[in-house]
Amino acid sequence: MGETNMDMIKITIDNKVVEVAKGTTILKAAKDNNINIPTLCYFELAGMDIVNKPGSCRICVVEVEGRRNLAPACITECTPDMVIKTNTTRVLNARRTVLELLLSDHPSDCLVCPKSGDCELQNLAIRFGIREINYVGEQSTYKQDDSPSIHRDMNKCIMCRRCEMMCNEFQTVGALSAINRGFTAVVSPAFEEDLTLTSCTFCGQCVAVCPVGALSEINHTGKVLRALNDPTKTVVVQTAPAVRVAIGEEFGMAPGTIATGQMATALRKLGFDYVFDTDWSADLTIMEEGTELLNRLKKFLAGDKDVKIPLMTSCCPAWVNFFEHNFPDMLDIPSTAKSPQQMFGAMAKSYFAEKKNIKREDMVVVSVMPCLAKKYECSRDEFKVNGNPDVDYSITTRELASLIKLANIDFAALPESKFDDPLGESTGAGVIFGTTGGVIEAAVRTAYEIHTGKKCPKIDFEELRGLEGIRSATIDFDGLPINIGIAHGLKNARKLLEEIREGKSKFHAIEIMACPGGCIDGGGQPRHHGNSEIIKARWNAIYEADKNLPIRKSHENPSIIQLYKEYLGEPCGEKSHHLLHTHYFNKHNVFEVDLNKK
Amino acid sequence: MDKIKSLADLKKKRDAIQGSLNLRENGDNSESMIQIKVAMATCGIAAGAKQVMETLIEQCSSKKIDAVVTQTGCMGYCYAEPTVEITKPGQDPIVFGHVSVEKAKELVEKYILNNEMVEGIIPQNYQSIDK
Amino acid sequence: MANYKYHILICGGTGCRASKSGEIVQNFKNILKQENLDNEIQVITTGCFGFCEKGPIVKILPDNTFYTQVKPEDCEEIVKEHFIKGRKVTRLLYTDPEKKEHVSDSKHMNFYKKQMRIALRNCGFINPENIDEYIARDGYAALAKVLEQNDPQATIDIIKKSGLRGRGGGGFPTGLKWEIASKNPADQKYIICNADEGDPGAFMDRSILEGDPHSIIEAMTIGGFCIGATKGLVYIRAEYPLAIQRLQIAIEQAREYGLLGKDLLGSGFDFDLELRYGAGAFVCGEETALIHSMEGQRGEPTFKPPFPAQEGYLKKPSNVNNVETFANIPVIINKGWEWFSSIGTEKSKGTKVFALAGQINNVGLIEVPMGITLREVIFEIGGGIKNGKKFKAVQTGGPSGGCLTEEFLDTPIDYDNLIAAGSMMGSGGMIVMDETSCMPAVARFYLDFTCEESCGKCSPCRVGNKRLCELLDKITSGKGTMEDLENIKNLSQVIKDTALCGLGQTSPNPVLSTISHFWDEYVAHVVDKKCPAGQCKALKQYIIDPEKCKGCTACARNCPVGAIKGTVKNPHEINQELCIKCGTCQAKCKFGAISVQ
Repeated sequence: MGETNMDMIKITIDNKVVEVAKGTTILKAAKDNNINIPTLCYFELAGMDIVNKPGSCRICVVEVEGRRNLAPACITECTPDMVIKTNTTRVLNARRTVLELLLSDHPSDCLVCPKSGDCELQNLAIRFGIREINYVGEQSTYKQDDSPSIHRDMNKCIMCRRCEMMCNEFQTVGALSAINRGFTAVVSPAFEEDLTLTSCTFCGQCVAVCPVGALSEINHTGKVLRALNDPTKTVVVQTAPAVRVAIGEEFGMAPGTIATGQMATALRKLGFDYVFDTDWSADLTIMEEGTELLNRLKKFLAGDKDVKIPLMTSCCPAWVNFFEHNFPDMLDIPSTAKSPQQMFGAMAKSYFAEKKNIKREDMVVVSVMPCLAKKYECSRDEFKVNGNPDVDYSITTRELASLIKLANIDFAALPESKFDDPLGESTGAGVIFGTTGGVIEAAVRTAYEIHTGKKCPKIDFEELRGLEGIRSATIDFDGLPINIGIAHGLKNARKLLEEIREGKSKFHAIEIMACPGGCIDGGGQPRHHGNSEIIKARWNAIYEADKNLPIRKSHENPSIIQLYKEYLGEPCGEKSHHLLHTHYFNKHNVFEVDLNKK
Repeated sequence: MDKIKSLADLKKKRDAIQGSLNLRENGDNSESMIQIKVAMATCGIAAGAKQVMETLIEQCSSKKIDAVVTQTGCMGYCYAEPTVEITKPGQDPIVFGHVSVEKAKELVEKYILNNEMVEGIIPQNYQSIDK
Repeated sequence: MANYKYHILICGGTGCRASKSGEIVQNFKNILKQENLDNEIQVITTGCFGFCEKGPIVKILPDNTFYTQVKPEDCEEIVKEHFIKGRKVTRLLYTDPEKKEHVSDSKHMNFYKKQMRIALRNCGFINPENIDEYIARDGYAALAKVLEQNDPQATIDIIKKSGLRGRGGGGFPTGLKWEIASKNPADQKYIICNADEGDPGAFMDRSILEGDPHSIIEAMTIGGFCIGATKGLVYIRAEYPLAIQRLQIAIEQAREYGLLGKDLLGSGFDFDLELRYGAGAFVCGEETALIHSMEGQRGEPTFKPPFPAQEGYLKKPSNVNNVETFANIPVIINKGWEWFSSIGTEKSKGTKVFALAGQINNVGLIEVPMGITLREVIFEIGGGIKNGKKFKAVQTGGPSGGCLTEEFLDTPIDYDNLIAAGSMMGSGGMIVMDETSCMPAVARFYLDFTCEESCGKCSPCRVGNKRLCELLDKITSGKGTMEDLENIKNLSQVIKDTALCGLGQTSPNPVLSTISHFWDEYVAHVVDKKCPAGQCKALKQYIIDPEKCKGCTACARNCPVGAIKGTVKNPHEINQELCIKCGTCQAKCKFGAISVQ
């Protein structure tokens, strides 16, 4: 197709003759000529291998001369001498009628909808000036489905199929697909069962792309507010690396603004007793995971055939769910190190609680995460002591923003402040956990120096950075070449896992993140509505934040050094093993359905 | 069964079959050979063609009638299913409609044995494309 | 027992009976008795010959003499001349209007040529479970010819020149479709037979598969050879068990004969067939949905391009044709494109099979040359409207088609004329309606079907058709407003304009065509709250005529909801609020005092 794509063709769009490359869709041609055609089901995250164009909502229809019916602009390619009209009355009437149809089967409870104000359907209704719906009738009703991470209200589903595309094509999870037909068609797990019965990883990418309020996070802001209001509780908060580079967007700040200081101030204003940082426990993760890697490598290089190489990172909870469901035969390959969220919870409710003499049940640990799977992760039984979870509530970047708005805090105008000590001190290595390739780069910075005993000649490993789905690099550990693989998107993770299963993997260590670009585009982040520039801005901000920090290697974090000295002893030691490592479960499930139920 | 390996094979096969079919229709014993076809598509079967076919076979054998009873596809006369086509040697085929088990017996008794017309004839109303 | 030498068949159809065929029967019987011939000649009343305009018809067997417009007084002449003297009564013989000659053999009369069986040529002739019978009727000769010639393009050219168009509904030129598929190079291609017949009332594909499965195998092999596909797939609905069984038997037999498999007829061409079962979803008749379904995906259509010829089954170039289309292929090759293209109209060649249904005497499967008029089909082949009622409309094209009125009865049937008239050929369903059919209710019926069968992918079809159906519900239940009618018109137009696939784009056709031809009937439902055809239950009113009511209380005693009040010997009255329009009162009234309005 290469050479034909280069061919330019002439088209007429809204009476203007323009040249476009062959293969250009009408939508793209219009956009390039400053003609704005409304869309709804169409979704694209440029450069991320994510595209949804089923051509099904029919909002983007345009008139093409010589064509019997209207053409969907998002999927119709321009042909030579095509004459396109994007704004005829026939087009406007059709678009408006189609929108009215969609609205006629959509609850109008916008006031209490989790998507209100950020809803693409609502925006279209405003843009089209809908004041009444001419076509009223029966509305579809489906059961509400709550899982630990995701709330599904399919009465609001408009069948754009974006979630289905993310779940099946980008993540290859296959928990969601269209079921039923006609008016009752909806996206759902098979047999309209609950999400918890499927192999859903709770990555939340379905929520991230849903244009309406059909898919949303389980909201914990109410519970957090009550904990803050309870004088008997000490409420401790931790904030994940990717939150600080995105939260500003919720307050009108430019994408890529690093708002760490404002965020710390806001959290204090909200009444959190201790404002800590997940970057701190990210540094701790590097110590444990890096040591585990070196231990395995040592045995491997010594010819031990039982040792599992490559080591795979385990900080992404959706990825953990993914291999527990899909690769139960390979549970010994990922690192046993807990994720930074859980390491933080474990340390807060042991080391810090003991230090401050707070009883475990009197401490509430809240995490602010760019992620929905973290909600599920902190509810896992193995992360509880006598039923008391290490992390009580995990809220998303969006939920934190809503709390800040609730508290009438003018976020952008806030003075900056620092995290509290000792669980708030962190390095640049902790920050880069927020994007794909960051965990492994942080690990390399530390593992190199521990393994060689020498100072690493560089800190920035550009070869590990980027946004391609699968990347690889070989890092020279002073004469020992270490092969590193990186994947984001579970589709790509699946490829690397299958290579390992077939014995074809050349890697010593692999980093996996479930979401596109890593945590910066997690399911709990402010919505990008398909603008991949926003994700790139956050990506840049992560590395900028790394650069801005005085210490950029985890093993040089004074608080971490102190922690090992005072409490843990050594990385991968006995106490670490008990508090900072976990194990995995075979979750390969057989979906049982009682067909007589309905 | 032998495979048909060439055009010549196919022609040979066709001629052989046509010969035997013709023999069946116009051979020396044509005086006694009667062809009976029962329309056995889903529509016919739903209307009772199976029972009719069984009856015809049983009647022909018990009455020692030299007849070939075969099944065929839909003749298109849905309003008159089950339909049966009877070809007496040297005569035009006649299609009878609404053939119940009783009617089938009547057909054997009257039309086949006594050459007596029976009501319910469906006129052939199409042109075939045979040469 | 009598051994009759002659049989006199007298048409006892409605038409002929009206022109005294009963009297003719009686006359014949009397005369034969007088002449002492009643042991030699039998008089039989038959079903309709379907030649009502020339009735009454008298046919003499075995010599196939066909007398038309016979009057009771002609009987004596026929007996004396035909039977006693052995001379035909020339003045009563059928005259061929073109040749102006008397025709006596009914097989050669034009009326009988109204139908022409190409696709159905073997249905009802051969035993479908015996490959030999197919071969005896020139079966596989076309394949042999094509393989011997070994020039796919030449065969494609024959099909192109024949003018054959897709019989599944769309009417796309078959030869062109093959040519496009043949020109896309690939390591594997597929030829697919669409046997997912789903139009309500249409069953020609089933009949072909049940009656002549080998013709499909042969045609698919030819198609495979032309486009370069070594694999064929038949997508057939699982609700057709007999068709599946016959097709499986036929495939086995073809394999045993070496007509499927490797190196067919020594040509070096390999071809084999597999069956894929559909679960009976109407939308899977749409070729992209069909392909998705075969792949194990959800059966829903995708935007074209890419067309199946570019990216079809398993992303390989594929060609999908319907059963009836395939059934035409071997004949075209055997008899030549010139012959085929001589049949039909300028742009629609050959024949079309229709499933005649509804309020018509001869419900059935017919195959007629393109260009025949609806009048010929309905009144001649179909034997006219049942019970002598008046013709109101004919619905063609199934749920995608429209209703045509009397003014279109003389329009020659072909793809383009039907579309111009607001309907379409579709797969060949033809439902005839009489004066008792309510058109808004008919439109509602089809919409209900489309709603049920929509895949739900695109908004206009998923929600729009549902709303359209709800609006029609309002109309037929007497709750509609003129604004609803305007909304119906707009919505129908938008759905037509914006739906993703053929199913959605054509789904408002039954509504649009009935609105344009029967606007008054819609208005009657809305403004007068009356259903002129008397079909819409909600708009019926049972009324007791006080003049005729004797006050016998039978109606009141039998009313299941106690809606009738009255005292003995005094006229009764029906409470319209309570009445459920069951009709029991009317049935029970001995005095004919209760009528429906």
